[in-house]
Amino acid sequence: MNASIEEIREQALSELQAAKDTDAVQALSVAYLGRKGRVTAFLRNISSLPAEQRPAAGKRANEVKKELEAAFSDALEKLATSGQNDRPAIDVSLPGRPAPVGSLHPITRITRNIAKIFERMGFGIAEGPEVEADYYNFEALNIPPNHPARDMQDTFYVSDNVVLRTHTSPIQVRYMEAHQPPVRIIAPGKVYRCDSDLTHTPMFHQVEGLLVDEQVCFGDLKGVLTAFVHQIFDPDIRVRFRPSFFPFTEPSAEVDIQCVICRGTGCKVCSDTGWLEVLGCGMVHPAVFENVGYDTSRYSGFAFGMGVERIAMLKYGINDIRMFFENDIRFLRQF
Amino acid sequence: MKVSLEWLQQYVDIDISENTLADRLTMAGLEVEAVFRPHCHLDGVVVGKIIEVRPHPDADRLSCCQVDAGSQTLEIVCGAPNADAGMYVPCATAGTVLPSGMEVKKSRIRGQISEGMLCSQSELGLGEDASGLMVLEPEQVPGTPVARALGLEDTAFEIGLTPNRPDCLSHVGVAREIAALLGKKLHLPEIPSLPVSGDIARQTSVTIENPEFCPRYAAQMVSGITVAPSPQWLRRRLQAVGLKPINNIVDITNYVMMETGQPLHGFDFDRLAEKRIVVRTPDTESEFTTLDGKSRQLTADTLLICDGKKPVAIAGVMGGENSEILETTSRVLIESACFDPISIRKTAKRLGISTDAAYRFERGVDPCGTAYAMHRAAVLMAELGGGRLIGSYIDEHPRPPAKSPIRLSTRRTNQHLGTGLNQTEITDLLQRAAFEIQTVDADQIAVTAPSYRVDVFRPEDLMEEVARLWGYNRIATTFPGITAQAEAPGKSLGVREQIRDRMEGFGFHETIHYSFISHRAADHMLLPEDDPRRRTEPVLNPLTEDQSVMRTSLLPALLETVQKNIFRQEKNLKLFEQGKAFYHTQPGALPREIEMLAALWTGLQKPLTWHAKPVETDFYDLKGVAEGLLTALGITNGNFSALPASACSYTQPGQTAQIRYKDTFLGILGEIRPAVLEKFDIQQPVFALELHMEALVPIVPEATQFVPVPKFPAVTRDITIIVDHGVETRQILDHLREAETQWLEDVFLFDVYSGPPISEGHKSLSVRLVYRSTTRTLEDAQVNELHRRITQSLLTAFNAALPA
Repeated sequence: MNASIEEIREQALSELQAAKDTDAVQALSVAYLGRKGRVTAFLRNISSLPAEQRPAAGKRANEVKKELEAAFSDALEKLATSGQNDRPAIDVSLPGRPAPVGSLHPITRITRNIAKIFERMGFGIAEGPEVEADYYNFEALNIPPNHPARDMQDTFYVSDNVVLRTHTSPIQVRYMEAHQPPVRIIAPGKVYRCDSDLTHTPMFHQVEGLLVDEQVCFGDLKGVLTAFVHQIFDPDIRVRFRPSFFPFTEPSAEVDIQCVICRGTGCKVCSDTGWLEVLGCGMVHPAVFENVGYDTSRYSGFAFGMGVERIAMLKYGINDIRMFFENDIRFLRQF
Repeated sequence: MKVSLEWLQQYVDIDISENTLADRLTMAGLEVEAVFRPHCHLDGVVVGKIIEVRPHPDADRLSCCQVDAGSQTLEIVCGAPNADAGMYVPCATAGTVLPSGMEVKKSRIRGQISEGMLCSQSELGLGEDASGLMVLEPEQVPGTPVARALGLEDTAFEIGLTPNRPDCLSHVGVAREIAALLGKKLHLPEIPSLPVSGDIARQTSVTIENPEFCPRYAAQMVSGITVAPSPQWLRRRLQAVGLKPINNIVDITNYVMMETGQPLHGFDFDRLAEKRIVVRTPDTESEFTTLDGKSRQLTADTLLICDGKKPVAIAGVMGGENSEILETTSRVLIESACFDPISIRKTAKRLGISTDAAYRFERGVDPCGTAYAMHRAAVLMAELGGGRLIGSYIDEHPRPPAKSPIRLSTRRTNQHLGTGLNQTEITDLLQRAAFEIQTVDADQIAVTAPSYRVDVFRPEDLMEEVARLWGYNRIATTFPGITAQAEAPGKSLGVREQIRDRMEGFGFHETIHYSFISHRAADHMLLPEDDPRRRTEPVLNPLTEDQSVMRTSLLPALLETVQKNIFRQEKNLKLFEQGKAFYHTQPGALPREIEMLAALWTGLQKPLTWHAKPVETDFYDLKGVAEGLLTALGITNGNFSALPASACSYTQPGQTAQIRYKDTFLGILGEIRPAVLEKFDIQQPVFALELHMEALVPIVPEATQFVPVPKFPAVTRDITIIVDHGVETRQILDHLREAETQWLEDVFLFDVYSGPPISEGHKSLSVRLVYRSTTRTLEDAQVNELHRRITQSLLTAFNAALPA
């Protein structure tokens, strides 16, 4: 036992001053406080001191041990946050390994939006065939053969009495044939009309709706569709119901919204009217109820239909309907 | 339909602005689609007074005019021979675009300044006269717009009429509607009684052989007329609604049709054989030349207007050349009839003729309006054609219409509409639209619709009328009470939506293609003759050959899309579509509609990045998608096995898997054959996945069942064996799974290698086995023993070796 505890302490502290990194501090820690360290050795040797020196030496040695422990731990902490131990910096601006990013077709997106709004209002979802019997597409909907209303929809035929459905309305009839009121459904799907130009494609998508119950009135139709339009477009948008004609509803109406482009002041999109037609609707015609065997004295209801492309075009600002079916990847990626 | 406001003013006093009127009509169901001014091409043309005419210093035929154009005095070089000081002429100011498309500009003509253009009638599109300047009435205020000076400041509405309102296909009809909306009186033109000579009954007769197609036929005659151009006012009326003036007689029939909605036809009476009219269908098929000079095929159900011997018109559709009004015509028989809408529609459709007359007959004309229109036309012909009326008229009316009153309940009306109207209010609204009302009791009224309202039959029709006249926007907005939910969404829809989301998550872009494709698609896919996908449903009236059959596969259209995108320099594509394929069943029956998923992957596996070398996609990328999809849907035991080469014509033999679940065929996966790619003009490998939703949906578990997470640790052991190249990995894995069912929790392949030092024709497979007990911690010794046994059985079963 050559050095005094004070010498050991001073040496330790001065070496600690010189230690530049964690490894050096840890080595010092071992050299002084480890099992074979100098402080440990000093403590171990206290028993060899004269009895009267032992209490003071032991006390002092323990103080030094604590002081050094604290000093090493402080030094380590400082080094840990000093940054000098960190790995070299990486270029965080390098792009990451790409995760796959796909897209859903805008028609799928808008159809889902529409469905979600009606589902919140308690509507279920029904589907039906795309190739449809003339009966369901026309006659059951109060459109007899050779009726001028057939001109409203240019029809693709696959045989004399089988057509590509021109609207999703036949699903109404099929659903009512299979279910008793109350009925509250929407029916999304593809429809076909032989028409192709800037604003028409021979296939497009519609969402049909039907609500039948006791005591349903035209005001209810206005309520449900106003709520829908406010949710899909904008809660502040102006809506109007304009008399129109569909063979399967009476009274019939078109729903116009304030033009989303010009906000009603008139522009090319709304043909300077300030209004855009977005929905057709009406109270279900009694002839349709008679065709499916519903009691017209007890039940009333309303039906509506909308073009999904139309709504998608307005919401996304798409100006050419054909874009939806060209499947240009540069278009698809945007959704 | 076009209506002229000036013309409408003749029948109803309109004291609101054009825009307000357009809005009122639109909100009453007569949608005003466009408002335009037929003479807007006269904008910029003003009345000019020629102050002075000087000869042009450098051109013999030109003169230099000083023109008072109101606010300014203009120097204008003019080539017209009749330019004279003091003349009032149309002066097009700079910026005016003439009907020819020419824009008038300030310019120099042969060195002389010209600040406008003095115009002839023809230059303004107001007539044929191009001989010199159009001379206007003198003593006008220079600078007045020429349209105002000529009384051409009309506005026209384009009204989009719904098929239920044929009563509005005329100016009187629209005026009637305006009168009802504004609470005004309708003024119909008075028909003066003119002197007559003779008696029609002595000169001709009308016989209706097919009263089912012709419920009414009225005829009146005018003699001694002179066929000539119509007066200006009549020409202008026709032009305002887009009709071309022809001669006074034809113009009058058109004018009265546009006025009353009743189509009329004028026959040259002296060209009718036996001087009589027979309405009938032909006994035999024959040809007939209509007045547009075209030859038409007449079938047995074509209703004809005949004279004593031959057809002279196709009833309600178009007249014949053989009886049309000529310059020499002096006696005219005016036809004013009602024809069956369906019969007219069929004929017009079959012949591909669309005329104003047929359009109105198809929708239904007022059965009580024939006489008025006929008298109106006869009097106009007598007045404008200088003729004389033949006394009396014929009105064959074998089928008088029976319109019975409709009972309307106030309570039900309010219930249906959500209104709170009382009986008096409802009565008032309907009376404004000329419905006749009789009160039955405190709740009900009996309503008789005017004869021209051919669309009103039921109480609901009247309710619509009430709602329309009251105003849809005045009906309170309410909300229906919530009753039972219809039914939970179907499973199929749920699964399909889930697949869409997963595919998006896997990095695929959803596409939507037309359901109809080219009939050649089956050939392009090299489908064998007996392939069910050749049983396509044809579209009888396709728009193009490329859309002539309903698709039986989603792939052809997707491949076309791949080609188009590659052409746009987009070579890395991951596309999918979910939709129906259609299989023909029996003639006249509905096809079978099958929901399908198809996906294509071509180009790079991942977008080009800095961290890895670009890798072309291959079979296993898309297989990973298929596996991921099945796993996500909760289908754990789907299996992939080699598809026999003959089973799929459009994928590479030996590079195609069939996907099955137990015995159910779910779909295929493979590389598209180069021979097929060639048909689609694609020069890079494309991998395809096809899944049948019909097969897939039922095996998707309805609910996920939780399995407790393991409490005890797993022990993993790897095996590497060398087997013959032909051994399918699936066999190895299946063998291992079967060899140990108690403790083997999972087994999967993690390495495949062939090449030195493995001998030719062999490959090395490394498999990891995960052992676990659900009841205790496995001891090494137990696992070692088990693993040794399994390894041994594998070596034996596949004649395999361990690596050296």
